[in-house]
Amino acid sequence: MNRRVRRWFFLICACAIFGLFVSAVRQMPTFGHYRGPYGDILNRETVYERHITDVVTAVNFDWRGIDTLGEESILFLSVIGTLVLLRKPSSEVNDSHDENDTADKRKGREIPLPSAATRVATLGLVGPLVVFGLYIVAHGHLTPGGGFQGGVILATAPLLVYLAGDLKSFKRIANHETVQIGEALGLLGFLILGLPGMIRGGAYLRNVLPLGTSGHVFSGGMIAPINVCTGVAVSAGLVAVTYVFLEHTLETRLRGRR
Amino acid sequence: MLVLQATILIFVAITATAVVFTRQPVRQVVGLSFYGIILGLLFFILQAPDVALSQITIGAVALPLMFMLSLAKIRRDAEERKRREESEHRREAA
Amino acid sequence: MSLLPYIVAVWLFLVGLYGIVTSRNFIHLVMCLAILQSSTYVFLLAVGYRIGAGPPVFANVPVGTPAVDPVVQALLLTDIVVEATVVALLLSFAVQVHRNTATLDPEKVVELEG
Repeated sequence: MNRRVRRWFFLICACAIFGLFVSAVRQMPTFGHYRGPYGDILNRETVYERHITDVVTAVNFDWRGIDTLGEESILFLSVIGTLVLLRKPSSEVNDSHDENDTADKRKGREIPLPSAATRVATLGLVGPLVVFGLYIVAHGHLTPGGGFQGGVILATAPLLVYLAGDLKSFKRIANHETVQIGEALGLLGFLILGLPGMIRGGAYLRNVLPLGTSGHVFSGGMIAPINVCTGVAVSAGLVAVTYVFLEHTLETRLRGRR
Repeated sequence: MLVLQATILIFVAITATAVVFTRQPVRQVVGLSFYGIILGLLFFILQAPDVALSQITIGAVALPLMFMLSLAKIRRDAEERKRREESEHRREAA
Repeated sequence: MSLLPYIVAVWLFLVGLYGIVTSRNFIHLVMCLAILQSSTYVFLLAVGYRIGAGPPVFANVPVGTPAVDPVVQALLLTDIVVEATVVALLLSFAVQVHRNTATLDPEKVVELEG
């Protein structure tokens, strides 16, 4: 199919989709007038039944916890796929040692260290960022946030170290075994936390911990531990992915620095 | 409130169109980052703080970062291939 | 106004699809896919929205305050994070294609293989 035919074919189909979609949407409740019962039931009952003030987190990790488990395994599998696809074959690792004229080492292309201001600002931000990420993970059942968002925030902390030009520390953090183990343990922890409910004769992922007072950090039963597991899996996965994308650049820059 | 929502919705549509019609990937990444922030803003206004939080961290930071890194990787691969071909040429000439 | 969010959603879908259909670069294509995916975000949030209602978080407000639908928000929340890793997987495919065929153009890749 040549390009012009394809474009015309697309235009016709797009008009059809647009027409069908608009005629379908006209039958729906108008924007701003949500009337489905499920959201209202959840909004009414969650605080009483689960002692969790953030209903979105409750839906994610309790009401439809198995769904989230599925989503997390998609995340896990795509991280593994990226690592497998981008990992350097061992022959290339040996090859790259004797290429002395790499672009970054050529004269006039030396990469300067970041300025002192950048270094101070970025390295100074690492600590607050980690604390903020942990806060978002730990308070997922009380305020907006949770394992997914907090995990992403935590994963950006090593990148700040990279931006500060501290390449060796970045490599030590991001290439550490704990990142790969953490990725696996996060998912495994989620899987295992579902089991006690079954052992007690209930459904998978059923709550077995005391619910506590709603509004306190230690409340909501199983949600907080599951949140922590998700946070570990998400942050470790993103750190592993960014490291594998940066690996080659990092190696040449580290060799150029020496 | 409705006016604000309508403005941001139209802004989202315009930014998305601009991102799609930018054919140069490096410029497009910057556009995508901007689009991520606008989308996060829309989610805030539609009363979804949880979603907005994850959209801002992912859409404005993590996604553009991955695109940038893979563009850098592709450019490096291209440079390496060129160098290898040049050295092969030299070997053949000799 | 009542149709605008839905029309924006279908516009994002069609624009993203147009980008995918006419793309000459795999990186560009993945970015268009991200745009296409964001149409579902706008659509789902529009479905669950209620004028004048607050977010479904009852940390500082009593239970019973009007709130928007939490179910669609929970759907989006996980989807956005999973999107990031799926995009990473697609990008690593693009890197591999470039490594093996020295091109990022979908049409040329097909020519090479056919």
